[in-house]
Amino acid sequence: MKVKGEAVVLDDLDLEILQALEENSKQTYTEIGRLLGVAHSTVYDRIRKMETHGIIKKYTVILDLDKVGVKYITAIMTVFTDPKESENVAKRLSELEQVLEVSTSLSEELLIIAKVVAEDQEKLHSFIAHSIAPLPGVLRIRTSIVTRKYKEECANSFFQSRGN
Amino acid sequence: MMTPSPGSRILRKLPRENAFYFFTSIGNYTGEKAASLEEFVERVREVNVKSLEFHLYRGDLEKWTDQTLEDGELAERIRSLKSLSPLGDSLRDQLLLIVSKRYEKLKGTSSAKPM
Repeated sequence: MKVKGEAVVLDDLDLEILQALEENSKQTYTEIGRLLGVAHSTVYDRIRKMETHGIIKKYTVILDLDKVGVKYITAIMTVFTDPKESENVAKRLSELEQVLEVSTSLSEELLIIAKVVAEDQEKLHSFIAHSIAPLPGVLRIRTSIVTRKYKEECANSFFQSRGN
Repeated sequence: MMTPSPGSRILRKLPRENAFYFFTSIGNYTGEKAASLEEFVERVREVNVKSLEFHLYRGDLEKWTDQTLEDGELAERIRSLKSLSPLGDSLRDQLLLIVSKRYEKLKGTSSAKPM
């Protein structure tokens, strides 16, 4: 890993370590080192540097909610906003725990795209009607309920495959 | 201090969080809202009729008029309309008749001076 000004450039070994962590972040430094043919101290050193520079933001857990009997639905919500209020709307959405992701997009109009979860359709509707539609600057909302998910990855894999 | 008449209470302007927000289906907000009975009459006149169908059969209109606007009489009339199962323009016309008559009546009583 090299630091050039504010940019950090990862080398092949960094990317391989990240890939190993993405597959299983509970692996020990020794296990990763053995997998990649390098010393565990090298793995430790690289991981510490990536943590220090904020490249590795956190280690988390992906739950299979179906297995614990939690029923929920996911929806993708497009919020059309008044451009003057767009940032405030995005910030307010980001504070709500039912909202998992918030992004802005500029097409013909300024849009906010958000991923939302709720226990069922009725609760989803109530949440949108009572917590999102009344926000100042919200002009209208389009919502699509996800019926089946075919793939879910984070962007890391794509950039790792392209070699940074 | 004078207590406001029931009519003027029903005709009051509501804060935006208590307004009625018109949707055409689950999560699809039209951008139209009504924060008073007067605005509600206007929205019924012009909003996408699919929105009126969506809310009437979910019971949203009667619930809002009863619990938020606090007009039980109007809520009862809307409930009766629902039992007739109107659709499309017929629904709009009948609903508009109910809410505009109610609005005119309350406006007349709230502005009338006591003898």
